[in-house]
Amino acid sequence: MTELQVLLFASYAEAFGASAVTVSVPESATSADVVAALRSLPGGAVLPEAPVVAVDRRYVRSPVAVRAGQEIALIPPVAGG
Amino acid sequence: MIRCAIVTTPIDPAALLAEVTTPSTGATTLFLGTVRDVNDGRAVTGIEYSAYTAMALDEMERITQEATQRFEGIRIVIEHRVGILLLQEVSVAIAVAHARRAPAMDASRFAIEELKRRVPVWKQEHYVDGDRHWIDPTAMQTTTGASS
Repeated sequence: MTELQVLLFASYAEAFGASAVTVSVPESATSADVVAALRSLPGGAVLPEAPVVAVDRRYVRSPVAVRAGQEIALIPPVAGG
Repeated sequence: MIRCAIVTTPIDPAALLAEVTTPSTGATTLFLGTVRDVNDGRAVTGIEYSAYTAMALDEMERITQEATQRFEGIRIVIEHRVGILLLQEVSVAIAVAHARRAPAMDASRFAIEELKRRVPVWKQEHYVDGDRHWIDPTAMQTTTGASS
């Protein structure tokens, strides 16, 4: 297992009560595993089925392998402008 | 020439215009998004904007790079403000200059549409009755929406 930090913003940060949380996932984890781990935490019910994920400040559109040291973030529906 | 910024102080549109305009640009556009008093039928007192600043800057840079490829020769500056904004305050400003008007206008439209679609910025509306609500454009597609 490995521990990954996930950045949270806006409504997600509010639901989890934190701007970042740490999840424990298998070494070969994907972004989908990270989402599943988050969903099991208090506040996790707020997450949609497939929330938008960013890795190293770029959107990833399908489950990708993730590892410690990467900047992993969940992106709520954006509303700039 | 491109520049993108996330700012915490009031945006100065005149400064952006001055930044993109040169002796060889014959057309300059300025788009401003401002806080409006009613959204979805509810009286709004202000909006709190927040951002994933590092990625928002990266994504704004990508958008402006794409714009310069699509509309060759443009000069473009984008500033997005975060924090609590009151009615009529400017939340986003996009200034574009080009020798001709069509690329300047088209690039401005391209930049704001892509910004709203991609840049990780969020807004929480504050209402007259004290309530607050995170705006989710994906849940508001059947209404007039909160778009600027």
